[in-house]
Amino acid sequence: MPEYTLKLRRYSPESGEPAYWEEFTADLDGHRSVLDGILQIRDREDGSIGIRHSCRAAICGSCGVSINGRPGLACHMHLEEAQKRAERDGGVITVEPMGNMPVLKDLIVDMDAVHWKKMQRVTPWLIPEGEHPEREYIVPKEAMVDVTQTMACIQCGACVSHCLSMEVDPLFIGPAALAKAYRFVGDPRDGQQFERLRDLSEDPHGIYDCTHCFNCIEACPKGVAPMSQIMRLRRIAGSDHGIEDRNNGHRHENAFVKNIERNGLLHEADLLPDSYGGKFHPRAVPELLSSLPIALRGLQRGKITPKKALLHEHKAPQEVKDIFQRVHGHDTRFELNLYVSGKDEEQSGEQDNHDIVEGAQAHGTPSSSSAERSPNSV
Amino acid sequence: MPAHDVLIIGAGLAGQRAALAAAGAGASVAIMSKVHPVRSHSNAAAGGINAALNVDDSWESHAFDTVKGSDYLGDQDAIEIMCREAPGEVLWLEHQGVTFHRNDEGKLGTRAFGGASAARTYYVADITGQALLHVLYEQLMKNYLTVDRYEEWFVTSVVQDDAGEACGVIARNIRDGSMELFAAKSVILASGGAGQAFKPTTNAMICTGDGIAQAYRIGAPLMDMEMIQYHPTTLAGNGILITEGARGEGAHLYNAQGERFMEKYAPNKLELASRDVVSRSEQTEINEGRGFPDGTVALDITKVPRKRTLEALREIVNIGRDFAGVDITREPIHIKPGCHYIMGGVKTDVWGETSIPGLYAAGEVACVSVHGGNRLGANSLLDTLIFGRRAGEHAADRAKGMSMPVPSEKSLADEQAMIDAIVRRERGVGRRVSEIKDELGTMMNEKVAVFRDQDGLTEAHAIVHRLKDEAKSAYIDDQGTVFNQDVLGVIELGYMLDCAEAIVMGALERKESRGAQFRLDFPKRNDAEWLKHINVSANGGDEPKISYSEVTMTQWEPQERTY
Repeated sequence: MPEYTLKLRRYSPESGEPAYWEEFTADLDGHRSVLDGILQIRDREDGSIGIRHSCRAAICGSCGVSINGRPGLACHMHLEEAQKRAERDGGVITVEPMGNMPVLKDLIVDMDAVHWKKMQRVTPWLIPEGEHPEREYIVPKEAMVDVTQTMACIQCGACVSHCLSMEVDPLFIGPAALAKAYRFVGDPRDGQQFERLRDLSEDPHGIYDCTHCFNCIEACPKGVAPMSQIMRLRRIAGSDHGIEDRNNGHRHENAFVKNIERNGLLHEADLLPDSYGGKFHPRAVPELLSSLPIALRGLQRGKITPKKALLHEHKAPQEVKDIFQRVHGHDTRFELNLYVSGKDEEQSGEQDNHDIVEGAQAHGTPSSSSAERSPNSV
Repeated sequence: MPAHDVLIIGAGLAGQRAALAAAGAGASVAIMSKVHPVRSHSNAAAGGINAALNVDDSWESHAFDTVKGSDYLGDQDAIEIMCREAPGEVLWLEHQGVTFHRNDEGKLGTRAFGGASAARTYYVADITGQALLHVLYEQLMKNYLTVDRYEEWFVTSVVQDDAGEACGVIARNIRDGSMELFAAKSVILASGGAGQAFKPTTNAMICTGDGIAQAYRIGAPLMDMEMIQYHPTTLAGNGILITEGARGEGAHLYNAQGERFMEKYAPNKLELASRDVVSRSEQTEINEGRGFPDGTVALDITKVPRKRTLEALREIVNIGRDFAGVDITREPIHIKPGCHYIMGGVKTDVWGETSIPGLYAAGEVACVSVHGGNRLGANSLLDTLIFGRRAGEHAADRAKGMSMPVPSEKSLADEQAMIDAIVRRERGVGRRVSEIKDELGTMMNEKVAVFRDQDGLTEAHAIVHRLKDEAKSAYIDDQGTVFNQDVLGVIELGYMLDCAEAIVMGALERKESRGAQFRLDFPKRNDAEWLKHINVSANGGDEPKISYSEVTMTQWEPQERTY
């Protein structure tokens, strides 16, 4: 049996000592998981190692940890793959508790304090309008398949663990809870779509607090693609319901898109005023004034030149214009979905439109094609 | 002392359904679980939930399939109730928000499943159990004012009053190690099965028979314990489950010689015969040398269109890739029968009442008995919900007009002393807990599996006794209070050993072959002598007692069982 070195972050709140690292060896087939390795060490050497675990098959969501700096399920990472990824650390598989949540003991974090509290924030239950029908609700097949992607979430917390926005703003509702919110917004049986969207748009820690860093999409072991769900919430809120939030999130997003369409490269000097309705809009004036000190510092340090700030010479090349034209040219928005992403190569006659949920939402999302991707098969 | 009208132990589907039903009936309710509710093992029920909801289907047909599947050991009154109430329950779930698969008209769509004469399995891709569990938890979050949740609390025993009625539990807060006595007018056990007594098993690590043993220890008889379901499609080595949905969608089974061997054993239903039949067929092929060198046969899912597989069987595509290194859309995957489900459990009536007043049981922990000798696929989710709800309603009703019992503080002190003693055990004197657990599981999987005989079972019985003895001095490493999973492991080992003892005794007692119990020394079903339930009851420190109870028949006489 090959041997693997596992370095575990240990912490015992009763000891009064700070956290420390401890190295162990596991000998198991390389296709067994990091969790199997930890459990072997527990069984043989040290039963006091704390880690939540249950199903061993990536369905219960208990064993969320960070392995060599990347969040995921311990049961969902092969030992040999983990070792390969740990090359920079000398092949030592380093396991520590998830981030953004307080540590209770060893690899166990307090999910109630963060994850579940945020979950409760999004009113996570179906609120149908009126009485239930006598039989089932009749809803489009595609709509149920669509929300099943967010039902695939196992609440492991891996996305929360490495959410950069949450690191900066601990009050950010966060990827898992917002993905859960989409599960209701996207469910045609729910009667509170507008109220939910307005709530999540107006909350300064809501959908516009995400900075598109993709960490949650990378982290998710189930292909839920939380960031894509957040972007869908924004598109439905802004484009379909015309919700102009007080955080200026929607206007800022529009200004950003138009800015790129016009310039190809971001012209930052325009972005701020455009986000507030243009340079001379009354809303923009105080914002511009308040950003003056930053601009001045930029000038002082040579990061901004008056010429660059006032004239943006870059113009969008034809390729960028083509992309915008193609996206705007669609009557319906295309959304990639986990459960319909598989192309049937054997039946090439079948059209691609089966692979995409057509429907309510907007321009192509940053790919959620993680259906074919696993942390173990990259 | 916390006090509730209805206290539910276990927060999988049965427990959560019971909680919602009891709260709906006006009781003050608490639900307690050793893991966060969404970590419960109901997650693993991938394929779906059965209900005769289509106009061209009937509950009688569903009930007959279940009776036949049970090899006539199921109680037909209970089966009738379950199948009659199934359509209403599926609609209730849909109304709560379960994202069931739809057909092209936007109505609920079905898939085929083993042992069923109609396609009556409703599903959410292949994450049905997970979807149900998470939607019920949504409802618990919604009803947070009426249902208190004790998440990550471990029950060490059910407490009785002087008259022998259940009046509460003692539990350990896993987070800080404190012990607490809870008072309750009714206690519902909904803490699942005991699959961890076998190794490998499809069951999660938490399935250690806690509730079965807790009820058994205070005198409730266990019924049909010998009936252990071996699922036909599990991965060799780690025991991970490949859903029956794969065969429901059209996958075939082949031996190493490329023969579709089910043609021999079940010419009509083929791969969709009931699970005991398919598992036995596979094991026969393997034992007679027609399996692969790793002791498996092949499940070929490439028969299913790739697009359909990716949409409806996504989870097992992942499992094949991540846990076996196989792309199931392109090549067959090696599988074998593996321990999956315990049909037996705490004997209850159709309202979940055990023989102990005030103590209820529902779900896999219980034996109503609707599964008899063999459970049909997609009937377990149904069982948890129907009997969870009924137990919740009945327990709430019982609590009405009752005054809150005051359980004795002495029991709390006793349990605290028990735990302190475990923590103080001298290290290195006895065996490690993990060694005993490992030996138990491996032994059970060898001697109490698909094929059994007197000699093997007798040995198994002796080994369980020895392990019980060794468990008394098994030592642990963790002396702490915060998340001391080590000390809980000792208590769980005790639960598993009690379950294993009852399983082996039942299997020794039943001198015939029926459902999941196949005795090489008694290869025929024997209705004249053994069409009855076997009950095992604790008997102080002495050898447990065996008794029998009648199988309730309503409209279906036993017939020869072919698929």
